[in-house]
Amino acid sequence: MSEAKRIGVIRDINGPIVTVELPGVRSGEQVKIGELGLFGEVISLRGREAVVQTYESTEGVRPGEPAVGLGWPLSVELGPGLMGGIFDGVQRPLEKIALQSGDYIRRGIAVPALERAREWEFEPNRELTPGNRIGPGTVLGTVQETPTVLHRIMVPPGVEGDLLEVAPAGAYDIESTIARVRDPRGLSHRLSMYQRWPVRKPRPYLRRDDGISPLITGQRVIDTFFPQLKGGKGAVPGPFGAGKTVVQQQIARWSNADIVIYVGCGERGNELVDVLESFPELDDPYSGRKLMERTLLVANTSNMPVVAREASVYVGITMAEYYRDMGYDVVMLADSTSRWAEALREVSGRLGQMPVEEGYPAYLASRLAAVYERAGRVETYGAGSGSVTLIGAVSPPGGDFSEPVTSHTKDIIETFWALSKELADARHYPSIDWVTSFSKHVHTAAQWWHQEIDPDWEKRRTAALALLARDAELSRIVNLVGPEALSDAQRWELEGASLVKEGVLQQSALDEIDTFCSPHKQFALLDLAITIYKRGAALIKLGVPVSELQHLPLMAKMRRLKSLYASDQLDQIVAFHGEVEQTMESVRLEYAKHGEAV
Amino acid sequence: MSIKDYRTAIEARGGLLIVKDTASVAFGDRVHIRDHAGHSRNGQVIRSADNEVLILVFEGTDDLDLENTWVRFLDEPVEIALSPEILGREFNGLGEPRDGRPPVLSSIRRPVGGSAINPAARTYPREFIQTGISTIDGLNSLVRGQKLPIFSGSGLPHNRLAAQIGRQAKLVDEDTSFSVVFAAMGVSYADAKFFRDEFATSGVLRNVVMFINLADDPPVERLTLPRTALTAAEYLAYDLDRHVLVILTDMTNYAEALREVATAKGDVPARKGYPGYLYSDLAEIYERCGRIHERHGSITMMPVVSMPSDDITHPIPDLTGYITEGQIVLSRELHNQGIYPPVHISPSLSRLMKDGIGKDDTREDHPRVAAQIYALYARAQETRNLASIIGADELSERDRRYLSFADAFDERFVGQGEAEDRSIEATLNLAWELISMFPRDMLTRVKETDLAKFYQGSD
Ligand SMILES: Nc1ncnc2c1ncn2[C@@H]1O[C@H](COP(=O)(O)OP(=O)(O)OP(=O)(O)O)[C@@H](O)[C@H]1O
Ligand SMILES: [Mg+2]
Repeated sequence: MSEAKRIGVIRDINGPIVTVELPGVRSGEQVKIGELGLFGEVISLRGREAVVQTYESTEGVRPGEPAVGLGWPLSVELGPGLMGGIFDGVQRPLEKIALQSGDYIRRGIAVPALERAREWEFEPNRELTPGNRIGPGTVLGTVQETPTVLHRIMVPPGVEGDLLEVAPAGAYDIESTIARVRDPRGLSHRLSMYQRWPVRKPRPYLRRDDGISPLITGQRVIDTFFPQLKGGKGAVPGPFGAGKTVVQQQIARWSNADIVIYVGCGERGNELVDVLESFPELDDPYSGRKLMERTLLVANTSNMPVVAREASVYVGITMAEYYRDMGYDVVMLADSTSRWAEALREVSGRLGQMPVEEGYPAYLASRLAAVYERAGRVETYGAGSGSVTLIGAVSPPGGDFSEPVTSHTKDIIETFWALSKELADARHYPSIDWVTSFSKHVHTAAQWWHQEIDPDWEKRRTAALALLARDAELSRIVNLVGPEALSDAQRWELEGASLVKEGVLQQSALDEIDTFCSPHKQFALLDLAITIYKRGAALIKLGVPVSELQHLPLMAKMRRLKSLYASDQLDQIVAFHGEVEQTMESVRLEYAKHGEAV
Repeated sequence: MSIKDYRTAIEARGGLLIVKDTASVAFGDRVHIRDHAGHSRNGQVIRSADNEVLILVFEGTDDLDLENTWVRFLDEPVEIALSPEILGREFNGLGEPRDGRPPVLSSIRRPVGGSAINPAARTYPREFIQTGISTIDGLNSLVRGQKLPIFSGSGLPHNRLAAQIGRQAKLVDEDTSFSVVFAAMGVSYADAKFFRDEFATSGVLRNVVMFINLADDPPVERLTLPRTALTAAEYLAYDLDRHVLVILTDMTNYAEALREVATAKGDVPARKGYPGYLYSDLAEIYERCGRIHERHGSITMMPVVSMPSDDITHPIPDLTGYITEGQIVLSRELHNQGIYPPVHISPSLSRLMKDGIGKDDTREDHPRVAAQIYALYARAQETRNLASIIGADELSERDRRYLSFADAFDERFVGQGEAEDRSIEATLNLAWELISMFPRDMLTRVKETDLAKFYQGSD
């Protein structure tokens, strides 16, 4: 599609949907609209006419103005300079745009994603020598993109042949030639440090692999109860205000990924600013470096044009695949996929397509599945294995999970962190509902936990879930006949469940200490809650009244423990474990003495 | 383009007018229409094809006689004139005076549609605003640049609350007061008068701009009114460096007008007949508020949304909640108990509270005491439900304590006078007084150090 530009004329402007007369233009081709030069994309063809969706507001555009077909589909630039940046839904660098056009985004402004003038220290791959056969994914060299991210400069897909030369170490801008290659037809190609890739086409890899290790997010209810794997796909559905964005931002902050891509898709401007302002200050618990050095933002806020919202998810995932191809574990967060689906709906509505459910077009489910399918762990061409984990927020109207986007998503994903309004209203955060949430990865994750943390992980997890289930059952009884109907043993079960909820599940993102919880600390807290419950249950069997246990100071301490000691103060938690055993034992002894005396 | 009057209107329905044989007309442009009686109407081009345009007529299309309708395309966007003189004035949705005084003359004219703020140009809002209302300041704090709606129902005192906030809002250690942009869509004459009187008696009228569309004014004008009002707010905030509080009432009337027009256009409906783009449309309005780098002024927004049949899942409050940074929810039950302001804290939320409170902003213990109140109140609500089933007498001693806490909380913390302007200090002290009804070991959300400093109980 790279021949000459085609020039045509605008016929009809209907909001973001513009009909142009532009014979020969192809479906998916980029088109510049009108005198302002607004960018758009052909979404359908009808005779000599093409329907274009524009990424910018069409205000002021008139019929009769020119439309220019650019000859290529919506593509992104991939190369050093992406990390730490913030881009709009079609990969325009928002910080640079702010310098040029001020506080508001001027229409028709075209700024390339990667800075042309900046030079990068290129270190050639010493293993390559001229004459080597190279192909897609071959690492030509590296650039230290940020202190945390070593950017591997790779041969782009589609290029293959004999290496003629690689540039020596030195500073180059991204357009300089850093390698030359002769393809089998004898044609020589120059390679630079960046490549372009059409966003709607998944980047190729050698083969798909299964996920094997859990993505550690530092959030107990996720890691311990509903684990995600590196390369997995997950969804966070929930009504407004339930905590979807906080969950996603917590994962962006604390997960053990190499690269984080955060796509703000149709959500609030301030939430992106929150990331932009806080990440440069926060330390990555794994590398000790600043979080922003491994993070990249894509922003199409709710007030930005709807069509670019649809594109933003593809732009994000293409960049994610690119870093995956370097052998990295990438996490992409999309907040919110519902807004993306609504953008689809809006365009389809304007095209007069037949809606099927709640106005959504028939292809909603297949588009959703195709996006999530781009997640996964793969064997890359040249850099070992890499993964893209994709986690999408879902914003169901009225919090109704049976609506189309939530229900289709649920069929596609592997982890489902369902947020509940009741829990959020009670300020139980994260409000991930342990009854309706699920993870298909518990078994795989268990292997990791058993090997790395503790062989009793799965047992403790099951015990905790069992307590929570009992809690629901007993609460129903209480609501029918009152608490007096419960035996001491049953009351203690309620108390145990409450320890699990308050001492383990609840985790405030705002608590300086508890915002991140290492796997060791996660297990230690879980183990403690279950131990307290079990020891207590044994005592109650011996006749100790539940009220005596309820008022033990260790009960309050267990609830506070998570924010008393940080992940590197495990010794304190171990010490408390000792205290618990001692206290319980002394209650037992006292009771035994007491019992004998009577 | 030469100015030409077209007499080629071929269709009029539901606020929409179709004119054919037009020359190339710009999408979004302003239109002037003269009807058979010689009256002027205003419109905007919402679809422009080769030789046919679709016009949204703000005054509506009732009573148009197509043969005798003259349409002129003004070759400019819909815009308003701005000057410091707008303060103290009253306009309609198009920025035309409603107060009988002459129009604003100024060389500064801005299109009302606005454009998207570059997220990279925003600054995170973090300056605590004291509203003097305990349930807001203590538990759902408002910060400068936030959009925090009031979710209400018919007959509930949302207007009184909004007016009280407009009167009392201030920064704790700064005496800049807010300029108020008041935007009323489809409100009753009595409600508009209430606000006017309210601003007059509290002496802030000189600092207020009002944009008013009454219940019997044309509904289509409601679509442009909040945009016009926000354009004025942006002018006050970013040209005149003022801190602006925008009160939009009632967004439900706005959304209904939007649905009316969408239906006439034949747009595919999503939920309850509202068009699929209601979310984006509302976001265009709400997201105009915030803080911007190196700008001294700011825009804080309090939209009023009345929930049809008190249903928070209705598309209007629902989509609003998905865009705004929290919500203050009013409860009919509390209102019926005579509690003012009847703020139901459980579904209420302020998402920007976290960075505006605490040690350097309000008081060190603030975030934790708020969390503690919420935890206790949530449990107390469960206990109330239980008591309503099995009777309060059947409750344990512990549960009864929750009940008395909840009652005291509703009455003393939630309830306050319409003229009562509580300091944040007073609000937090009251919070401690109430949570001190519980023994220390039940207060697990606060720190030991907080307890040592503020606990007022006996044990
Ligand atoms: N883990 C958490 N710790 C502390 N507070 C939390 C947590 N999760 C959520 N919250 C609180 O809930 C508020 C709303 O959360 P969030 O913004 O993530 O909701 P959301 O589901 O993304 O809503 P929307 O759909 O409207 O965007 C937060 O501002 C915060 O006050
Ligand atoms: Mg969110």
